Amino acid sequence: MDNNFFNKLTSDQPSDGSRRSFMKQAGGIVGLALAPPFVAQADRLTAFSKTVAGVSPMQLKVNGTVRTIQAEPRVTLLDALREHLHLTGTKKGCDHGQCGACTVHVNGRRIVSCLTLAVMNQGQEITTIEGLARGSELHPLQEAFIKHDAFQCGYCTSGQIMSGVACVQEGHATTDHQAREWMSGNICRCGAYPNILAAVREVAGQQAKG
Amino acid sequence: MNNFTYTPTNSAKEATRLRRETPAATYVAGATTLLDMMKVNLVEYPQLIDINALPLTGIEQTANGLRIGALERMSDVGEHRLVVAQYPAVSESLLLAASAQLRNMASIGGNLLQRTRCGYFRDAAFPCNKRVPGSGCPAQHGDNHGLAILGTSEACIAQTYPGDLSVALLAFDAVLTLENAKGKQRRVPITSFYVLPGQTPHQENILEPGELIVAVTIPAAEHARRSTYLKVRERTSYAYALASAAVGLDVQAGTIRSARVALGGVGTIPWRSPEAEKILTGAPATDETFRAAAAAALRGAQPREHNGYKVQLAQNTLVRALQNVATT
Repeated sequence: MDNNFFNKLTSDQPSDGSRRSFMKQAGGIVGLALAPPFVAQADRLTAFSKTVAGVSPMQLKVNGTVRTIQAEPRVTLLDALREHLHLTGTKKGCDHGQCGACTVHVNGRRIVSCLTLAVMNQGQEITTIEGLARGSELHPLQEAFIKHDAFQCGYCTSGQIMSGVACVQEGHATTDHQAREWMSGNICRCGAYPNILAAVREVAGQQAKG
Repeated sequence: MNNFTYTPTNSAKEATRLRRETPAATYVAGATTLLDMMKVNLVEYPQLIDINALPLTGIEQTANGLRIGALERMSDVGEHRLVVAQYPAVSESLLLAASAQLRNMASIGGNLLQRTRCGYFRDAAFPCNKRVPGSGCPAQHGDNHGLAILGTSEACIAQTYPGDLSVALLAFDAVLTLENAKGKQRRVPITSFYVLPGQTPHQENILEPGELIVAVTIPAAEHARRSTYLKVRERTSYAYALASAAVGLDVQAGTIRSARVALGGVGTIPWRSPEAEKILTGAPATDETFRAAAAAALRGAQPREHNGYKVQLAQNTLVRALQNVATT
């Protein structure tokens, strides 16, 4: 099914902002092509349950700013960040949750953005590598990565830093052994692990001293 | 990944009603394993019903034991003070699983429903009796080095559940609370939740269509309080178990009063060993007892060409786990 079809439906959305009436109106057409039960459901869903079908508006709060994208429900948070919001600091490595390159924070917790849907993350506080610095002042872990030369090719770096910031905040970087274990979800193909560990441990030490 | 519609719900009643209306739909909570499989078209669903807003959270002490809501996340349960204090093996099984990021996402209910990591199941180019019933099992004579040696059949030798949590829950007699599409709840011991492959490896558990896991309850016991989970992998962290053991011992004056033993990584389903528990109970807590128990646990093993090493590995893992917990 081509995207223009859905785009047209979306642009036909009623100006009163009522998604329910939009769904009723669009349901007959979409339902035939996409999911037969959808028509029946749209009429009886409670206020909370609004079925999202095809290209739809979604609001994502990223680095403190609410932005609206038009995307299908199957779009992952990772693809929404990179392809729709053009925040390409978050990297796509394996796209299966095995490498950690796409790590971001949702409500302060580190997650892999490739294994969650953008539509599921509406209303959440999403922080990416682009939101870590305060203006021109780098986050202490960003500084530490530079100081310790904690990267070679750099592809895993934004994921390592997002994961490392959370690791320190969680209190899981108090020893080398503990930091290695709790950073194991971030793979570095270049093998910069000793330097990544040094950077994470240094910031953990700074924060412990207050 | 196929296209689908997405419906968030905030009540079990509505979630199950949506499933009744679209039987081919699925529930989604943490989404980690679901999207992983959908991305390679291993499974396709026309609709995802998001259950994250259902009131299925909370970790609380009840008369039947510690009750954990099915939507609690692995990381929160693994580090919860009551879980750490009363069920160390459960805590360890959670914190040795996956990665910190995935543990922040994955729900307890979803964890129990992971699918096998068998390479033949994951690659649609191959036949697989789990994926396409009756199509065959190339693993029997193929690359089976990571696959099961207990509970196998000619139709399937894959670990239906590849994870860790269920192994610990199995050892300590956890009970699942399920809610069916009519809103009726039933309690099922995890010992009878997973189904041996036999000739129907596509049937993996006793969940009815549309039935939700709403909670897991673990009874309090001295052998649960004094317990551990030992996991042996091809690398130190962030990998599935080649062999693992969840054990609990109540030792008084050098004699084992009660024992619990479950193995992971070696069974087609999480593997409780009543044979090992029988040898341990009433015996002195010595290495000799532990080795006899381990031998009994693996007596029925049927290794294939490349996984014979697991017979010894699982025994060593079990002995080490028993030693660790006996000396705590």
